[in-house]
Amino acid sequence: MSRTQGATFLFWGSIAAAMLLALVPLPATLEPLRPFWLALAAMYWALEDPERMSLGRAFLLGLAFDLLSMNLMGESALRLAVLDFIVLRFRARMRFFPMPQQVLAVFALLLNDRVLLIMMRTFSVPVAVSPALLLAPVIGTLLWPWAFLMLDELRQRTRPREA
Amino acid sequence: MAQAVNHSGLRAAPGGARTGHLVGYLALAFTLMVADHRGRYVESVHHAAQALAGPVYRIAAAPSEIAQGVAENLSERRTLARENRELREQLLMLQARLSRLDATQDENARLSRLLDARERIGLSAQLAHLIDVTLDPFRQRVLIDRGADDGVHEGQAVMDERGVLGQVRTLEAGRAEVVLITDASHALPVRVARTGLRTIALGTGAGEELRLPYIPYSADVREGDTLITSGMGGRFPPGLAVGTIHSVKQGDVGTFAVALARPSADLSHASLVLLLRETRDTLEFADGARAEWQGPPVRLSGSASMAAPTPAPDPDAPK
Repeated sequence: MSRTQGATFLFWGSIAAAMLLALVPLPATLEPLRPFWLALAAMYWALEDPERMSLGRAFLLGLAFDLLSMNLMGESALRLAVLDFIVLRFRARMRFFPMPQQVLAVFALLLNDRVLLIMMRTFSVPVAVSPALLLAPVIGTLLWPWAFLMLDELRQRTRPREA
Repeated sequence: MAQAVNHSGLRAAPGGARTGHLVGYLALAFTLMVADHRGRYVESVHHAAQALAGPVYRIAAAPSEIAQGVAENLSERRTLARENRELREQLLMLQARLSRLDATQDENARLSRLLDARERIGLSAQLAHLIDVTLDPFRQRVLIDRGADDGVHEGQAVMDERGVLGQVRTLEAGRAEVVLITDASHALPVRVARTGLRTIALGTGAGEELRLPYIPYSADVREGDTLITSGMGGRFPPGLAVGTIHSVKQGDVGTFAVALARPSADLSHASLVLLLRETRDTLEFADGARAEWQGPPVRLSGSASMAAPTPAPDPDAPK
């Protein structure tokens, strides 16, 4: 049922949109607010359709994103793999969380991701650690319910047409 | 991460196979990162991925390009006329300044011949556009639309009309990634123009600011001092504008004073940049001959007629 063409289209569409949103230029003042879009998309699919977001796929998507953003190869791959792993592990619980609780879980995940990023960065180049680094996870968390509901709504629509 | 490793080591949880996978992927990611960081082996992969990345960058840059186009279309005739007049005036002034510079350069050439200085270096430059995409908000890096095919090489200095912007870090066929001087990994050998004090300007990784942490207390450095490249290290030609010091304070360690400087280059708004190529004068000819795929090389050390870059014998060529 979930392996419909429409859902496949939606899956790749959401991934492509997430990667583009990460590259689109923003005014310098808004730059620290930019959420890790790919993480939001990956978390949604890991929660709702885990077969589409296996660990391997999360890793490969991360690699593709590293290539695009000219990052150290493997950096986003590692971040997405960790994120995906945690979501898949606690999927049964997270799925049936009421939305406020789910939002908190997402915040914890994004925060963990940020810490991981800073850790990896400090190995190669010193990072200016500032409270501004926490803004992106906060914005990502605030966007989560909307992203989640939108993707869910779109996914529901793909079903009856195919069935 | 450490917890995940412990998990796999201590007990076979329900998702045991998955934990094993995770450990595998983590190891793979670490290997990749170390390989990329140490040897940059992954550059060939970057080259291979270029066909894929090109259109993506174009789509990502489209919104700002469209906005720019709309703004241009909407601007009125009167505004355009005014802008045109202003640019004309500016050009006139620059021409005048340039001709004075020319005279100075002639004199300089004569003097350096007198001193038997054989390392006269000519500068020629190549125009490049910034590709308007954000690579990583926490790193000061930009993409330009010239790459290995256009003769760009690694470490090449990049500037805009006001000063030094950064240097080329990685190359692809038609694109290059530039590390700005404000990137946390960047260090730039500079000189204080007023006193000649040589020091290092480090990127701060945050906003438009440079940090000069190695200034001896005995040195005379003040607010408002301008910094220029010192030419040490050989990447940047000497004498380019770098920035202006806006504060000097006591350092953490106590042995050095720390100065903060604002870069002169317009790091956040530049859209056209110059790629400098340092050439011994004899090589500049070859540049002119290759101009068909490079765009007109703008010569910085030449006659005042910048519009017509005829490869004339340079006045400061060592005879």
